[in-house]
Amino acid sequence: MSDSKPEKRQNWEEGAPERLYVLTSGRSAPAEPAPLDMVTLIVTRNRPTSSMQPEQATILRICDYPLSVAEISAYVHVPISVVTVLLAELLGSGHVEARAPIPAASLPDVELLEAVMHGLQNL
Amino acid sequence: MDCKISEPVVGPRSEDTLPASASTAVKVVIVGGFGVGKTTLVGSVSEIRPLTTEETMTQAGVGVDDIAGVERKTETTVAMDFGRISLSDELVLYLFGTPGQQRFWFLWNGLFEGALGAVVLIDTRRLDDSFDVIGRLEERGLPFVVAINAFPDAPSYPMSELRAAMDLPDDVPMVDCDARERTSSRDALLTLMRYLYALTTTAPEPR
Repeated sequence: MSDSKPEKRQNWEEGAPERLYVLTSGRSAPAEPAPLDMVTLIVTRNRPTSSMQPEQATILRICDYPLSVAEISAYVHVPISVVTVLLAELLGSGHVEARAPIPAASLPDVELLEAVMHGLQNL
Repeated sequence: MDCKISEPVVGPRSEDTLPASASTAVKVVIVGGFGVGKTTLVGSVSEIRPLTTEETMTQAGVGVDDIAGVERKTETTVAMDFGRISLSDELVLYLFGTPGQQRFWFLWNGLFEGALGAVVLIDTRRLDDSFDVIGRLEERGLPFVVAINAFPDAPSYPMSELRAAMDLPDDVPMVDCDARERTSSRDALLTLMRYLYALTTTAPEPR
């Protein structure tokens, strides 16, 4: 395919598999098991480079303040699974920092629960 | 500046950003059938207008046992609404609403992993919807409470009757809830947290 320019946005069928395939450059999963949860907080560390995919540049722009993976997915309008792939690359290149959620345990930590209850009571 | 007026600005409004100090996020899942009030509950306590994230269902995401009734192999997109509550400068709680029907269970893996617990939202007119959900949560070992969403035209039953009808274990808390009310939804979440707290503090010593 010699046509390197993507078609105009209006011609994309949002959410169609081909588009997702293009967005992730054909990768279906991060190279390593992703440590990313839907509520992992992402914060930008470095400015976008010109060679970046627009979606990745957008992620860097909106993550000046922490945003969860789920919020990024909602704002950029791509599924969680695709955001995870895009973020894995940005994490690898050091463009973003991930603040991982509390690791999954059989039961949550007492201090954490107290903090959650305290916060809810103050709503 | 190159500014295109036609394209809306992507990203959170300035009032929807978290403080830079936000470092820990936890999540709770609100499960229930269609129209039971999941999004209403999320919206009533969320500090942001509920957001929608989509997940595309693929073969890989489907457990072998869960595929019954799913005719199409790809392209099934399911939307999940979620909201957010900043509990302190560091701690953030996310609330995800997810459909309880079996065909959506493929969503549960990424969602329930690491979740503190779940609130099962119930409409007493459609109690049947909750059976599968409760069974599945018990299977996964994820602690949950049951919140009865008080629809004005829904019949009111004693809790004990509902508990028996749902075959709910005695130790699982039940709470009345008006998902439209912020404090009522907040109290349903607090019921879950107190239950988790009791489970954690009374957990047997590891052998």
